Amino acid sequence: MTSPLEQKKIKIAGPSVVTANRTWDGIVVYRTAAKGWSAELSEAAIVRNSDEAKALLAEAVADDVGAIGPYIAPVQIGEDGKILPGNLREQIRRTGITIGQPAQV
Amino acid sequence: MYAYDEIDRTLVNERVSEFRDQVKRRLSGELTEDEFKILRLQNGVYLQLHAYMFRVAIPYGTLATNQLRALAHVARKYDRGYGHFTTRQNIQFNWIKLAELPDALEDLAKVGIHAMQTSGNNMRNVTSDQWAGVAPGEIEDPRIWSELIRQHTTLHPEFSFLPRKFKIAITASDHDRAAIKIHDIGLRLIKNEKGETGFEVLVGGGLGRTPFIAKTIKHFVHGRDILSYIEAILRVYNQYGRRDNIYKARIKILVHELGIEKFSREVEDEWQHIRNSSLQIDDEVIEDIRSRFTYPAYEKLPHMPDELRQAAADPDFEAWRKNSVAPHKVQGYSIVTISLKPVGGPPGDATAEQMDALADLADKYSFGEIRVGHEQNLALPHVAKRDLPALWKALDKLGLATPNVNLITDIIACPGLDYCSLANARSIPIAQELTRRFANHELANLIGRLHINISGCINACGHHHVGHIGILGVEKNGEEVYQITIGGRADENAALGTLIGPGVKFDEVADVVEDVVEAYLALRERPEELFMDTVKRLGVEPFKERVYATR
Ligand code: HEM
Ligand code: SF4
Repeated sequence: MTSPLEQKKIKIAGPSVVTANRTWDGIVVYRTAAKGWSAELSEAAIVRNSDEAKALLAEAVADDVGAIGPYIAPVQIGEDGKILPGNLREQIRRTGITIGQPAQV
Repeated sequence: MYAYDEIDRTLVNERVSEFRDQVKRRLSGELTEDEFKILRLQNGVYLQLHAYMFRVAIPYGTLATNQLRALAHVARKYDRGYGHFTTRQNIQFNWIKLAELPDALEDLAKVGIHAMQTSGNNMRNVTSDQWAGVAPGEIEDPRIWSELIRQHTTLHPEFSFLPRKFKIAITASDHDRAAIKIHDIGLRLIKNEKGETGFEVLVGGGLGRTPFIAKTIKHFVHGRDILSYIEAILRVYNQYGRRDNIYKARIKILVHELGIEKFSREVEDEWQHIRNSSLQIDDEVIEDIRSRFTYPAYEKLPHMPDELRQAAADPDFEAWRKNSVAPHKVQGYSIVTISLKPVGGPPGDATAEQMDALADLADKYSFGEIRVGHEQNLALPHVAKRDLPALWKALDKLGLATPNVNLITDIIACPGLDYCSLANARSIPIAQELTRRFANHELANLIGRLHINISGCINACGHHHVGHIGILGVEKNGEEVYQITIGGRADENAALGTLIGPGVKFDEVADVVEDVVEAYLALRERPEELFMDTVKRLGVEPFKERVYATR
């Protein structure tokens, strides 16, 4: 996955969300429609065109105390309306590392 | 072991309280992320995919047992119970919370551990041979000089705002275990005809997007002049170095663009101005540092104790001993490498329990000292040979006696897409699969010395360019694709590997490596011909044919 951290032009090809890492503990969060952050992808605000994406990103960037490094990430919407990560990178961010943790007991 | 002085302790403690204040201001919103980022990087704090990552320096790879216990404590209390040893004598914690970082730093400061020089465009922690001070035939303990350079460069303004990060490695043995040829400056401790200690100086090594093997710019610089000589290199670099383009800002690019002759001349000119300045090192300074490194009171022990003779009957012990135990400069002692590469495990990870237990074993069997090497393994540097069988049993119980040091499953891998926000592809699962494929010890032994290095992107943290087999993860149309190189090496004959052909998919990587290895086994002239020698003799063609004929 090409790192999205250097996102310059905002151009989206399908449903997207804004994601970042929560400032105090670093966990993955998604921007919600209620102008907050949630650790649940299901609560993320979905944007479908670049204007919406820009607006949501601007709002996220302004909330610098809440979360850091916000960027736009693709998602897929399942038939049941469920929001799924749009690529492997985002899938790993959502579900965690794909390898066992050595200290998992 | 090395005893820090008061200045260091004060400095480290001040940094902790300063950082505590900065974190507080960040969490209250007084500092923005933009303002805070440089401050956190100065304290080893990165942001990865799932969390902050905290990188802690282990200067020249030497750890005391109370320090290892403190690392275990941090893993347990602030992280998820494990840490990751890296290729640059650091340890990384992957799940640390920003709000708790000042506490973690404070706990580490109590045992003299810090995170300075682990990130940012400054002089990074100076690395050295993990066998420093114990390897037979070494010119002198290279850590004395590492420490001298560390003291001189830590927080020195001229070294804190460089065009890019800057890395130095030092070795004092013929066999280079510090990978000096892939560092910005590589120093090889030598003696001249008069028996004086000095350095062969190499510059411009580095991997990443544009890999280069370092070249020698001066065959002998007297020890007393080494700081002024390094300073001269840095001045030339600071003067010409490209700050406008981060891809071109490393010294390797400058050396390449100016040419080694011009670069050496510039350094020489600069050096003539400053070599007789206050940078010239007094013997007392070196003596003072030397006196802070203490060595154990070794006993007079037999070369071949009974315990070892008896244990030799056990093939499992012998398999481990052959790969993990190396000669020591003192008769009756050995250097024991501890593999952090269990079959199916992530390379370089150790749990808090393993770290604590290892600290106990080091107290019992290695005069309280542990070493960290660039191959992502640990070592116990002073083990009496008579204790080897008992140590082996204890390590085995902890899952730390995998008999694969320097074999095909002793893989170096970066965190890749499982952790790293810059990654294109995963590295660790590839390593895990390969360790399963080659888990059979007889097979691995038959293959012999073979290093596989894996990076999840072109930054090359896993040193893929210098792996005997190198694996680089890239992305193609949203899929992970891996490019395979062969023939690289990181030692005194360092070389960059050659690509064997088009990239292959995630699921195919282990098959391709198996093909390469089968080709090698069929092509080698005799069992002692190592993989890299066969590649050198025949080139990549026969390997390429074998791999792509059926794909
Ligand atoms: C996961 C967080 C990490 C990040 C964000 C990161 C980032 C980077 C970047 C951007 C570079 C290229 C710098 C340049 O060429 O100027 C680099 C180089 C390097 N990294 Fe990492 N790295 C990470 C983890 C690691 C780990 C875990 C290791 C050790 C296993 C490591 C070892 C190295 C080394 C040895 C180089 C130098 C390669 C060279 O000679 O050019 N890094 N890293
Ligand atoms: S090589 Fe790339 S993927 Fe691997 S740790 Fe370095 S920056 Fe991350």
